[in-house]
Amino acid sequence: MSTSPKNTPALLDVQDVSKAFGTVQVLRSVSLQVAKGEVVTVIGPSGSGKTTLLRCVNFLESYDSGSIRIDGKEVGFREAGTRQRRSERDLAAMRAETGMVFQSFNLFPHLTAAGNIMLGLTKVRGKSNAEARTIAEHWLGRVGLAHKADSLPAELSGGQQQRVGIARAVAMGPKILLLDEITSALDPELVGEVLEVVRSLAEDGMTMVMVTHEMAFARDASSRIIFMADGGVSAAGPPAEILAADTDNERLRTFLARFRASHF
Amino acid sequence: MGYALNFNLIWRHFDKLWGGLLLSLELAVISIAIGIVIGLVLAVWYVSAGRVVRTIIAAYVEFIRNVPLILLVYLVFYGLPTVVDIAYSAPTSFVVTLSLYSGAYLVEVFRSGLEAVPRGQLDAGKAIGLTPWQRLLNVRLPTMLRITLPALSNTFISLFKDTSVASVISVPELTYGAQWINFNTFRIVEVYLVVTAMYLVTGYILLFALRLVERRFRAAR
Repeated sequence: MSTSPKNTPALLDVQDVSKAFGTVQVLRSVSLQVAKGEVVTVIGPSGSGKTTLLRCVNFLESYDSGSIRIDGKEVGFREAGTRQRRSERDLAAMRAETGMVFQSFNLFPHLTAAGNIMLGLTKVRGKSNAEARTIAEHWLGRVGLAHKADSLPAELSGGQQQRVGIARAVAMGPKILLLDEITSALDPELVGEVLEVVRSLAEDGMTMVMVTHEMAFARDASSRIIFMADGGVSAAGPPAEILAADTDNERLRTFLARFRASHF
Repeated sequence: MGYALNFNLIWRHFDKLWGGLLLSLELAVISIAIGIVIGLVLAVWYVSAGRVVRTIIAAYVEFIRNVPLILLVYLVFYGLPTVVDIAYSAPTSFVVTLSLYSGAYLVEVFRSGLEAVPRGQLDAGKAIGLTPWQRLLNVRLPTMLRITLPALSNTFISLFKDTSVASVISVPELTYGAQWINFNTFRIVEVYLVVTAMYLVTGYILLFALRLVERRFRAAR
């Protein structure tokens, strides 16, 4: 199933990606195109392969077959079709072009908020400390944490940590931002502040692929929603179409019904 | 009976004990410094190596941990020079032994520390484009260090006490000083009372200092 709007070159091009963990097939021939500036939300029951798909995009996970290209460049392997893994150095360089925000924040606990953001800027982008600090402060300001630049992660709330996580990812100037259930570990009252940051990035035209259980946010903020089930793309389309209660996709209808039942 | 305690003779020879204490500390500090290098290198190698290297490193660790330190001291000081053509002083020989000894313990400490670094942190390091070396230096080692600091302190304290074994090859450290005074004054109770107190107080001061360091790092979690 093609899931791309026509006539726009795809920034992210996932073609027929399959992957198994042992005997469990977690991705079944998944294809997905994301154009520059699009916000694509991936929804689906747990175990449907959403997170694995996201982790394949920056090659935190390898995959068994298929191809993933960003800006036309094959991500994890030397050439499309060949299964020759890129060198660690190449992989690091490729990964620097994508940003990722994690469910459990994964901030570096020994570094301050600013330090977390500066690490990639100095080590990967080769910025001086002063330049990196300026960029870090800019992005901390953007996520509303200018006053927390010198706080350690342990001194921040979950919502604040996650906003630092977002700042760390976008400060690198990635072509695409991958958001992996970034509000799932947060107390309900902290979800809003994080989603607000994502919304403002979307308004700036940041290309994003977001795995989430926040249906209201998916409806309001995304250009397209992908529904995954059993490792495959089961439905894809604009939010109004996918989230309609009367969809004829049986699995989607069940998922949405169960979701509504548990959330309202 | 009526053994009367008399510390006068001890104080007269106190320089032997004081000098001995300083040498004990010196032996401990040098050995643990070398031991940390051995431990770190082997632990990092271990977690990234194949089965052959792992087996060799594990064999080293098991060997050292299952042989009494005093035997290792004899082996290195008396045994080694008889088979290979090397000569070294007793203190040097002891530092070599204690370094290998502490290294073996620290491989275990560091290895479990490295494996305890949350996967998510390593993923985050990958995601911002750090190379494996950069991840090791900037993500894995700093976290590992904070995890292992308490174990490191304990190792350091017990190594300080282990320096007493050097007396068997006549290294003039604290215990040797005590033996010397004992042989020359026969005030066995007094001298060992004083030496026990010296080990205790020094051990506590070290522990206190190391706990302060730990607290500093723990605050930074």
